[in-house]
Amino acid sequence: MLHGSRLRLYSLLTVVFLVGGFALAAFWAPMDADQGFMQKIFYVHVPMAITALIGFVAGGWFAIQYLRKGDSRDDLRSYVAIHIAVVLGVGVLLTGALWAKASWGRWFVWDEPTLTSFLIVFLLYCTYTPLRFSIPEPERQARYAAVFAVIGGAFVPLNFLAVRLAEPLIHPRTLNSTGSLPTEVRTSFFLSLIGMILLFITLCKYEMASKNATAQMRALRRKLGGDDGGVAKRTAAPTVDVP
Amino acid sequence: MTDTLPDNGGYVAAAYIVFFALVLIYLAIMAVKLARIERELSELNELAAGQQTDKTAAPEPTEPRA
Repeated sequence: MLHGSRLRLYSLLTVVFLVGGFALAAFWAPMDADQGFMQKIFYVHVPMAITALIGFVAGGWFAIQYLRKGDSRDDLRSYVAIHIAVVLGVGVLLTGALWAKASWGRWFVWDEPTLTSFLIVFLLYCTYTPLRFSIPEPERQARYAAVFAVIGGAFVPLNFLAVRLAEPLIHPRTLNSTGSLPTEVRTSFFLSLIGMILLFITLCKYEMASKNATAQMRALRRKLGGDDGGVAKRTAAPTVDVP
Repeated sequence: MTDTLPDNGGYVAAAYIVFFALVLIYLAIMAVKLARIERELSELNELAAGQQTDKTAAPEPTEPRA
């Protein structure tokens, strides 16, 4: 079975929520009294950051499932969640840098805990794929990657908590203040956040459908006695068991 | 409404462009993967068709007479 079930529904919901959220942010949400128009970056930057962190934790959760049950599909889910979260992490750093430059006149503020902690988490997860690639045996690769994902996944909420407890320098604490936000801002923000989470789920489903289709194709080729490419190519992506 | 963007509008536009560019790049990579899967599928179809032809063309094995 392909992993791409209900892909059309997820794709449609993603477009509706993201376009809806961004449209409300642009035309309905009021201008920020302090930052003015540039505060509109908030509706893309913050949902992307929250979704990336959720993705890292989800990767850890699936890794726990893999270590418990040994099902290669959980290893694939963990890999894909981390992979997409890293892509979103690139977006967080780029949009954050643009906002920082517009707001504070600098691309990055090194002594701000929120920024540096996110960068550390991002760089940590950047080593996940090279780690997988460095281990040729699929089973050992999956096990080591799962341990990495569990430790990394546990590090994310601890890191988040540490940042909350630290003295903020200039970066605002978003989730502390959503209750006090005007309805227009809050609605636009939560719609964008739901849209971003849906985008994450949709991209994960696309990636898993693609990986699963490739694995099934290889299995079919072996069954038909065709050339399977000779020596197995080393890859960082998990090997999916196909009956 | 004016025709020009407010102050720092370029940064806001750039942030949203970064987001959409990331999604587009990802979709382009997925499209390349899909094209590869389609190509491999057509190869497999040809392989399966070739094996079917070989089976029908090969003579039935006969039992040796005692």
